[in-house]
Amino acid sequence: MYVAVKGGERAIAAAHQLLAEERRGDPAVPELSIAQIEQQMSLAVDRVMSEGALYDRDLAALAIKQARGDLVEAIFLIRAYRTTLPRLGYTLPIDTGRMAMRRRISATFKDVPGGQVLGPTFDYTHRLLDFTLAAEGANVSPPQQPSINNPAPIPPMPRVTDILAAEGILAPEVDIDAGDTIADLTREPLAFPADRDARLQALARADEGFLLGLGYSTQRGYGRSHPFAGEIRMGAVSVEIQPEELPFPIDIGEVELTECQMINQFKGTAETPPQFTRGYGLAFCQGERKAMAMALVDRSLRAAELGETADSPAQDAEFVLCHCDNLEASGFVQHLKLPHYVDFQAELGTLRTLRAERREAAE
Amino acid sequence: MSEPSDTAGYNFAYLDEQTKRMIRRAILKAVAIPGYQVPFGGREMPMPHGWGTGGIQVTASIIGRDDTLKVIDQGADDTTNAVSIRSFFAKTTGVATTARTEEASVIQTRHRFPEKPLRADQILVFQVPIPEPLRWLEPRESETRKMHALGEYGIMHVRLYEDIALLGRIATAYDYPVRVNDRYIMRPSPIPKFDNPKLDNNPALLLFGAGREKRIYAVPPFTKVKSLDFDDHPFEVQTWDHACTLCGARDSFLDEIVTDDLGTRMYACSDTDYCADRREAAPQTVDASEAAE
Repeated sequence: MYVAVKGGERAIAAAHQLLAEERRGDPAVPELSIAQIEQQMSLAVDRVMSEGALYDRDLAALAIKQARGDLVEAIFLIRAYRTTLPRLGYTLPIDTGRMAMRRRISATFKDVPGGQVLGPTFDYTHRLLDFTLAAEGANVSPPQQPSINNPAPIPPMPRVTDILAAEGILAPEVDIDAGDTIADLTREPLAFPADRDARLQALARADEGFLLGLGYSTQRGYGRSHPFAGEIRMGAVSVEIQPEELPFPIDIGEVELTECQMINQFKGTAETPPQFTRGYGLAFCQGERKAMAMALVDRSLRAAELGETADSPAQDAEFVLCHCDNLEASGFVQHLKLPHYVDFQAELGTLRTLRAERREAAE
Repeated sequence: MSEPSDTAGYNFAYLDEQTKRMIRRAILKAVAIPGYQVPFGGREMPMPHGWGTGGIQVTASIIGRDDTLKVIDQGADDTTNAVSIRSFFAKTTGVATTARTEEASVIQTRHRFPEKPLRADQILVFQVPIPEPLRWLEPRESETRKMHALGEYGIMHVRLYEDIALLGRIATAYDYPVRVNDRYIMRPSPIPKFDNPKLDNNPALLLFGAGREKRIYAVPPFTKVKSLDFDDHPFEVQTWDHACTLCGARDSFLDEIVTDDLGTRMYACSDTDYCADRREAAPQTVDASEAAE
């Protein structure tokens, strides 16, 4: 005799307990601390802050620990937390031209004022597993070489794009909807056509993997935009607010950012002579892959604005912006595992009827 | 899961009051324009999109301390996600919860409309995955909004006609499109078309929340809701050759349950509250021959 399934609450509680045990792993292995994750899994922390849209290293590290290292899950935890936070005010626009830099490279000039600074990059490492890292405890002795993490900041350098823009060969960044307030997708839903401010915000919060694939597709001919990495810079910038009662802004702290400015060919139109155009990418801390992919996709999404034919996925704002958020995508893909048996039953009935009708017609 | 400590610091019903106000404004607009999809600033919720974040935001915005909440998924109060959502609200609001349709002032549902008739003092909140009825015909939001604005719905009738031409009947079994108040075509969330007639002229307020897509829409009490059809192919609902094995009902939506690996089936009401009430009122109504069908 069939008995309706009861006890969902007990099953859920038991699943949560199992999950907690799995998260901890073998109790004989020391537990990870938040500080360890924050310090030694720092690029994971960076990604969770960027896509979680909350600049807080400790909370991001906590989310990674709680999510067992699943970064999309960690991003979800951070987003669900940040949405409950009150809005205390808005900062002034940050000025990346005044960045205290740790890395700065340009692929468009051999040398640029201020020079090329590699910083802490994987770029020229040979991807060979370093088995000395597996020898735990062996590297507790102080490193043989003194730290080169130079605390003296590199003085502000002019942006490569500013140098080109001064010549007029690179289109200036113009506020195409001057006077409008800046879009905020965390308060207002996305609407189409989406202006560049809304697009950039969506891309900044977008899933790195999705943008990477889309950006890559533009390099392979699906909406080719002929990009050059004009400049990538990484470092700290001041965050300032302008209190109403004071005549000057106040520095309330700093955030570390990676900014990528792509320079792209543009054939020009009847009104505009040929010139370079821009794609812009920005991510918290060392999110370089994300910032570069974002810059490619930003430029692709400007196709309509620049009068280019837009027939590739990365040029289609509705396609890109509606599907770039990993919370939305992960949720909707995975909701298929929730029960659908009522709809399935309805579909079964229809299908059986249609099959019976066809059988009768054949007889 | 019910320690009070992990919700300390969160507002009543989780959402902050500003957000609730924004959602209530969207609900009021939705009630004023029956069937129209109102965009709203949907928030991230502590459960994933697809789990009912739209319905949960609507419920969180309308629920008060005196309310009694019922949550169902596939018609049942004991499915895991219904249990989870109910315990979320029990934890964040402390309101009374119930499995009995007639005791609830707010009912949140996924994929079903309760079998028992609703009253004017009740609100039914639907969880909606895709709010746009034209979405499978036109993927672009910018286009579908225009089509709604112009009442340009020919494409939907053509789709239904194509079913008839190809298959001899309209093959949509759930999420069957309706026209609300003679104006907007609406997606009734994926309820089976069996439930569509309950939408029409219902005394309760029907609210629909789509969290991921950030849309809210409504059918106000006593509003005309017509399932799309043709004069020579009138709308009809599903019927079963079986009765519910548990309570003998022949008028409720039945789940088909496979009971062994030989493919033996039994049928039971999807609405667990309706089924339980009938069994209580008249136990053993089903004779063995019917149960064995």
